[in-house]
Amino acid sequence: MARPIICSSMAEAVAGIPDGIQLLVPGFGPGTPANLLTALYDAGVKDMHVYANSVGLPQGASDGRKTLNDLIAARRVRKVTAAFTAPTHPSQASVPADMIRAGAMEAELVPQGTLAERVRAGGAGIPAFFTPAGVGTLTAQGKEHREFNGRMYVMEHAIFADYAFIRAWKADTLGNLIYRRSARNFNPIFAMGAAHTIVEVEEPIVPAGELDPDQIHTPGVVIERLVQIPADGYFREVPR
Amino acid sequence: MTSHEAAPGKERMSRDFLAAVIARRFPKGWLVNLGVGMPTMVGGYVHPDQEIVFTSENGVIGYAGIASGADIDHDTVNAGVQFVTLQAGAAIVHHADSFALIRRGMNDVTVLGSYEVAQDGSFANWRTSKGEWDNLGGIGGAMDLAACAQQVWIMMEHTTRENGPRLLEHCTLPVTAPDGVTMVFTDLGVFSVRDGRFTLEEHAPGWTPDEIAALTGAPLEVSPTVTEVQFPT
Repeated sequence: MARPIICSSMAEAVAGIPDGIQLLVPGFGPGTPANLLTALYDAGVKDMHVYANSVGLPQGASDGRKTLNDLIAARRVRKVTAAFTAPTHPSQASVPADMIRAGAMEAELVPQGTLAERVRAGGAGIPAFFTPAGVGTLTAQGKEHREFNGRMYVMEHAIFADYAFIRAWKADTLGNLIYRRSARNFNPIFAMGAAHTIVEVEEPIVPAGELDPDQIHTPGVVIERLVQIPADGYFREVPR
Repeated sequence: MTSHEAAPGKERMSRDFLAAVIARRFPKGWLVNLGVGMPTMVGGYVHPDQEIVFTSENGVIGYAGIASGADIDHDTVNAGVQFVTLQAGAAIVHHADSFALIRRGMNDVTVLGSYEVAQDGSFANWRTSKGEWDNLGGIGGAMDLAACAQQVWIMMEHTTRENGPRLLEHCTLPVTAPDGVTMVFTDLGVFSVRDGRFTLEEHAPGWTPDEIAALTGAPLEVSPTVTEVQFPT
């Protein structure tokens, strides 16, 4: 296991990422790796399969950051797996939904807990699991079902992606991470669920040994690259 | 036809009224999940003595209410990505642990909005189109919650904008869960869902059971103890 590389810029942090990757993008409002996504947009990486909670968020934030929706609108995403692929109500406009409807992008709609658990399983060496969520709905169609203790469950397969982008609050030079409040959301799970995990950090990265080992949410052994968010970077999620 | 033309002079219960009615029905100490949209209003009407713990799919266990002004913390949001404040003793976990708690049945109830609910306890709240399965929609955590919470309460408008029924014999939209709804709270009344039928338990002030049944798309039983909904004090 190599020590994580501490990059000096967002461009360096995303350098060398090839086309065609599977990419995990956490965030639930807070906790979105906005700086890495913007750098990835600028780097031109395309043909990606992106896993995220939602692709329904507005694109084109006024402060210049790029969101997943910007990547989608620029046709850089071949497929999305998400718990929100479209607004529930048709009156709300959505570029990703229009593209999915037109066949310009593939989509896989999954229950939110199933998305979280699929990546958790992938990062934990578990190939598949059974869940009651979605049984009797369209999302379980065509999937293997099995009864346990008199209740029906659907089998869901694990996800282990090529890359994960992570947003952390604190980090040390060995990549040990701490998240803040509900910015945690999918971050610790996605950090474990990919072969290459790249982290943007809000607070100054501290020397190894300065963070309390008992307070670490994600162990640095799974981190490949770390980058400090620059002073002029994106620190806050755009409020709805 | 608008609802006013359908029932001239008849006022329906406001969302706040309904939120208060739902909030005061939680037994002491319940662990409660509130869905995005209308149900988030319920949080504003619980009494401290109820000792309710609100959970949110994004891993917040014990949020107090919607934050404003100086109380806003940009990293602290609920499932609707609204800024919230935390109760003393709140805990925050990641998404997989949050749904672990949901799946193992920790939530006494989830209160969800819906487009349709049927007498078999099924409901539909994640897409408004009926076409072929195209992987389009907004499920969020609703399927996990609906399958695993101890109870599913639906908070919704009784009719569509065109005054068509939303309480139906069968859902016409793709369902969120094929069963599980136990109570429905609409702007016209409070309904239990049991043994494949709707029962009117409480009616909106000024509305008769017959008037409500006329706007319901499934047989409606009337509880022998039916009363008018009281605004909780």
